[in-house]
Amino acid sequence: VGLVVGFSATSHVSGPSLLWALDPVARGRGVALAFFWLVSLLLSSLVWFIAVKASDPGDELLQKGLLIFGVLFSVLLQEAFRFLYYKLLRKAIEGLVALSEDGCSPISIQQMAYVAGLGFGLMSGAFSMINLLADALGPGTVGIHGDSQLYFLTSAFMTMVMIFLHTFWGILFFHGCETQRWWEMVAVIFTHLIVSGLTFWNPLYLGSLVPSYLLMFATAAWAYILSGGCTRNLLQSLQGEYLVQPHVQRRSPAEALPLRGRKGNARRGYSSVKDVASFDLSPFSRDVNPFLALASGETPQSGAIHQGDQGAAPFL
Amino acid sequence: FSSGFCWGNSVERKIYIPLNKTAPCVRLLNATHQIGCQSSMNGDTGVIHVVEKAQDLKWVLTDGPHPPYMVLLEGELFTRELMLQLKGSSRISGLAVAISKPSPAQGFSPGLKCPNDGFGVYSNDYGPQYAHCNWTVWNPLGNGLAYEDFSFPIFLLEDANETQVIKQCYQDHNLPQNGSVPEYPLCAMQLFAHMHAVTNTVTCMRRSSLQTAFSLNPEEVCDALSDYNVWSTLKPINASSKINPVDEVIIVATRIDSHSFFWNVAPGAESAVASFVTHLAAAEALHKVPDVQMLPRNIMFTFFQGETFDYIGSSRMVYDMKMDKFPIRLDNIHSFLELSQVALRNSSVLWVHTDPVSRRNESIQPQVETLVEALINSSVGANVTLQEVGQSQPLPPSSFQRFLRAKSIPGVVLADHRTSFQNRYYQSMYDTAENILMKYPEGLSPEETLDYVTDTAKSLAEVATVVARALYQLAGGTGNTSAIQADPRMVSRMLYGFLIKTNNSWFQSIIKQDLKGLLGDELPQHYIAVTSLVNTTQLVQYVLANLTGTVVNFTKEECLNPEKTPNPEKEMYVYTWVQGSRDPNSTSRVPFCVQSTVHLTKAASPAFELKQWGSTEYSTWTESRWKDIRARIFLIASKELEIITLVVGIAILILSLLATYFINAKAHVLFSSPGDGGTVAY
Repeated sequence: VGLVVGFSATSHVSGPSLLWALDPVARGRGVALAFFWLVSLLLSSLVWFIAVKASDPGDELLQKGLLIFGVLFSVLLQEAFRFLYYKLLRKAIEGLVALSEDGCSPISIQQMAYVAGLGFGLMSGAFSMINLLADALGPGTVGIHGDSQLYFLTSAFMTMVMIFLHTFWGILFFHGCETQRWWEMVAVIFTHLIVSGLTFWNPLYLGSLVPSYLLMFATAAWAYILSGGCTRNLLQSLQGEYLVQPHVQRRSPAEALPLRGRKGNARRGYSSVKDVASFDLSPFSRDVNPFLALASGETPQSGAIHQGDQGAAPFL
Repeated sequence: FSSGFCWGNSVERKIYIPLNKTAPCVRLLNATHQIGCQSSMNGDTGVIHVVEKAQDLKWVLTDGPHPPYMVLLEGELFTRELMLQLKGSSRISGLAVAISKPSPAQGFSPGLKCPNDGFGVYSNDYGPQYAHCNWTVWNPLGNGLAYEDFSFPIFLLEDANETQVIKQCYQDHNLPQNGSVPEYPLCAMQLFAHMHAVTNTVTCMRRSSLQTAFSLNPEEVCDALSDYNVWSTLKPINASSKINPVDEVIIVATRIDSHSFFWNVAPGAESAVASFVTHLAAAEALHKVPDVQMLPRNIMFTFFQGETFDYIGSSRMVYDMKMDKFPIRLDNIHSFLELSQVALRNSSVLWVHTDPVSRRNESIQPQVETLVEALINSSVGANVTLQEVGQSQPLPPSSFQRFLRAKSIPGVVLADHRTSFQNRYYQSMYDTAENILMKYPEGLSPEETLDYVTDTAKSLAEVATVVARALYQLAGGTGNTSAIQADPRMVSRMLYGFLIKTNNSWFQSIIKQDLKGLLGDELPQHYIAVTSLVNTTQLVQYVLANLTGTVVNFTKEECLNPEKTPNPEKEMYVYTWVQGSRDPNSTSRVPFCVQSTVHLTKAASPAFELKQWGSTEYSTWTESRWKDIRARIFLIASKELEIITLVVGIAILILSLLATYFINAKAHVLFSSPGDGGTVAY
């Protein structure tokens, strides 16, 4: 029944993920990320399982409480693994930079933030949906015990919002880590807890889906701004490029913009790096961002690192 | 959340309710036909409709807007007319029959009107006027449903609680409200009972033998119905050699199996159990007589398995006797006494049936008369009146007919019916303890119920007494027979064990130690099945050994390995190490060794030995194989909802692709900071 539902509802990420899938480095990293998420889920479910087995199965309230505790623990563990991955990535990039000829890494931290979030989201989505899809293949639908008929549909939508949210949280989180803005990380953890907690209102689907979608749009807007966008750009793009040329002012990398009121300069010594583009203090405001880099066909740095048709944007 | 980790995940539990207490209808095949039911490979699904009166059927057959339907039928309506209507309809995907409590008042028998026709003695060559029930219809209530071929699955719902769950689901979702169409979601049922064998035994055995011969991983499609006959002799004989051709043996026979429309549902109280319990009681009574070892003639107590399916057990024994594979030959048989259905005697009359065709023989006729006379003499003083049926009436369906096919032997068949059966539930699921009027008072514990002597038990004990006394006289005994008495308490215990619960203390004390799976708590069933040594056969064997054997003072090693200690007598006997009864104070049992003359002999149709799968001479019944038999209920969603969901999903997919394309194309606009723009990466 809901087979195509779930499939199509979660296939919204097929667009961006296709881009991601074309880049082998990003792909590899993304798979590693998915694995990280799985490990975090495994550990948190182990904790919950042990707690459940050790407790009295008859006590409904206790079981519910244990479930809430399990969800809390799982959220915190996922975020912890995200941080862990960030740390790992930093180390990897340092290493790659040291190895590379011109002192630039083949892939930027912003791209990795996006890929990180996407990897987490896809894995979480797959995990949520595969189970349901397997049972959706049968002739029956949910409801004989009184549950809502819209179970599959709402599960699909919930999964979609979680995938989106994971992607944006990835961007936010990594930005927070990069710029030492701890409150951004706290915000990510906080919203994650809220969204997971909202699912306890199911089957009052309005109570869980609507706030989750609102939160998702808010997070999306925030991530967009951090990636270098603003409402003017949005309006411009909607008006169509036929009318107005984008404000393309070619500047040399050396004329990097000064900090626009942003603080935090905790960059490590990359003195060998001529080009500060990757590791600029305001990385997300700069040209180097995943879409831009890949879309314009120019790879970060020399492009010698990447093989394959990186230049061609998939939909052109 | 915490319990039920074994079954499914929680989503599956939200969707399906499995039905556990069900019995399927499976496919059986013989030389020319297939009977029974078949489902699709992945089960048959249908919207549930409860049919409680005949008018409800109209909705299923013509009016209902959501075919195909899965009919939930009340047991009272399970008749031939209704089933033929359903058989012809394409709007039925399956049937679930709720067992009717109490049993239908008008009687119900899915067997044939003329059971085992064509495999008995009467044919065009022998008593043609008696063939095909031309003279007497033995089972007039038989509607032959069990011998029809259905293309949809039919299940029996044995538990009234499960039936109520299904009816509740139906009332919540499927009831038409004031004539309007019921709306989705609808309650539906899915039955899985896919059978592998098709057409007939010839086809399925051929396919199976090809598989076994040529395939590395053979997938057989059917199995022959086979089991073991149980036999025992009053005076011990050497079972590995032949007895003296001069010796004479009187054979006493009963059948121990039954059948019904559904697989492994065969309570068979009147058709089998009462008869063999009486037989066992007579054997016990005879063994207690002090001078039986000096009787001129021997008596063989035989319990045939598979008689329901064209005389599997008796045809095999006759074949073995003819082929000299059995210690006793056909020439050794002096006379034959069979106990057919004996529990429902009308005003304590027991009818004596004989074969009119063989009685025309001058040597047979006086022997038959002697037989009958012995029986009538034995009934003096007992509450049994023996009466002969008309001399021109044929034999009812009985194992004796198979012996007559081979050789004219003087014999009688004892039954509680003169013409047609008294049993109104012949070979059906309603032939239970209630059918033979076994009544227990309320509030008894299982142990007390075991020992309580019902009126049925007393009545059957009297029949056993008459049979035992007659046999003593026929075997040449000259003493006073009034001391020969069957024990009603023992009869009652056996009836309890074979009809109500096999897991009782007496059965536990007479079986071997390592056979724990033999005794169960559910109602005992007596179907021959395809696996060897069904519970019934084994229990009859142990009970017979206990009732007719003697306790000997052997150790466990000596008992289990009797050939180790040299003793010529040892070859005549069979030794069984039984676990004994439990001490009331302790939890351990006191096992002991039983010496008896109880043997098992294979009861598989000679047609399979001879590989004559299309034989009309011997039984060719086989049972199909299957992989998965189960039933479940759930809700099904409307097609509209499914389409909407699909369209929404595709729309979101297209939307997301377009959005990605858009973002991708406008990336340089969207993500450029105001004032610096720039697509330059580095």
